[in-house]
Amino acid sequence: MGILSFFSKTQSSRAEMTRLPTGSFTVDSHGRILVCTLPQTFSPGLAQDIGRLIVDTFRSAQETQLPLTGLSIQYSALKITARSLRGGAIIFFAPRA
Amino acid sequence: MVKRHKLLVLDDNPDFLDVYRQMLAGLPSRPEIQTATSGARAIALLESEPFTLLLCDLNLPKMDGLQVLAIVRRRFPELRTVVMTAMVDEQYRARAYGMGVDLFLEKPSTPEGNKLFLDCLESLLDRDVQTGFRGIQNKSLVDIIQLESLSQSSSVLKVVNGPLEGRIWFQNGDIIDAVAVDLQAGAAFRRIMGWKAGSFEILPADADHPRMIFEACHSLLLDSAQAMDEAAGEARQAAADAATGSSGAAVSRMSGVSQMAGVEFVVAMAKESPPKFEAWGAENPEQIAAWARPVFQNFRALGDRLEVGQLQLISGVGWQRQAALVPAAQTDFCLGFQRNIEAEQIRETTKKILALWES
Repeated sequence: MGILSFFSKTQSSRAEMTRLPTGSFTVDSHGRILVCTLPQTFSPGLAQDIGRLIVDTFRSAQETQLPLTGLSIQYSALKITARSLRGGAIIFFAPRA
Repeated sequence: MVKRHKLLVLDDNPDFLDVYRQMLAGLPSRPEIQTATSGARAIALLESEPFTLLLCDLNLPKMDGLQVLAIVRRRFPELRTVVMTAMVDEQYRARAYGMGVDLFLEKPSTPEGNKLFLDCLESLLDRDVQTGFRGIQNKSLVDIIQLESLSQSSSVLKVVNGPLEGRIWFQNGDIIDAVAVDLQAGAAFRRIMGWKAGSFEILPADADHPRMIFEACHSLLLDSAQAMDEAAGEARQAAADAATGSSGAAVSRMSGVSQMAGVEFVVAMAKESPPKFEAWGAENPEQIAAWARPVFQNFRALGDRLEVGQLQLISGVGWQRQAALVPAAQTDFCLGFQRNIEAEQIRETTKKILALWES
């Protein structure tokens, strides 16, 4: 019984770990989320911050005379891809193997 | 081995550049063709490597074609320059020829026009002269001075070499004075004779000019021959220094970057305080650095917040060009690439640029 309870504890502690999100969301030109397919466990506030950051990056690039229509941000464990949509953006999350 | 000419085509429209590349590849002399979408990048390329000919559009954003040509004519007097434009305007034509461009051509729109355009360029390439003063092709400055001396003329010879200007006064075939930059008399004459190319103009005699040189013309020319030998020696030394990297790491890096196909600009931002950067080919490097720094900072912070490891690369695609923001240990890079470059080539070139900086 002792061994079984040990495994059950380990499983419950694993469930608390943040899973890297997979999915996409669309933001308007103010970074507000319009459509989202990210898991509900992913913080909406964090998604909004990311949306705002991406939209600001597209806008500031345009102001620097380096107009961009697509962005790809690569981290060791996650790839974020974004496409500019008339001031807003569609943003994809893809965890890297 | 026959030397291949190098052509640089400057046009802000990448589609036109593709068309020119295809057209010019059909020239009988099979020149090597490089392209630039901005005046700043064209000038950076010209500074990095020798070109035979510059084909320049007039209607360019920020720095227009005439501004580019004004800089190019001053800094690269030996470079052949051709204007190709859709704006066939007599005023522009006159201004361009006034600046010393070799040809002012309309952008071809028919097969016949295309053939004529290519024939004109090929003919200009055939006239390639490494040294010599415009006005009398294949004549050195020594020849021009000997002509003035033998004809016992009284005149002022104005010689222009890029941003430098010199004057030599003749009186009845004798050289009586010279000025060049901040030098006068014999020293100025030797300085002028050390210039390899440029343009000259014979001005009316200045009868009241005082005599400051009392040596005979042939003696001055012998001295100048020695000065030219010394100048050639210095040039060889400079080339050797550049090859070994002893003339400065920055020069070597920029020269290395210019050899990489598809790179439009490099802005290397050192992670030190106060912030410094090195740039090549960028029209607005300060603005690019000011944009890239917070982008790096914000996405690094996002990576920490998401706990997804190190930021490895931010790549951007635009209709004009592609950009890559590459973080490295000591320096962050913002790189611009031509829009038609494949992702794999960008990765390879980025690695080479990082290696160049690390070395």
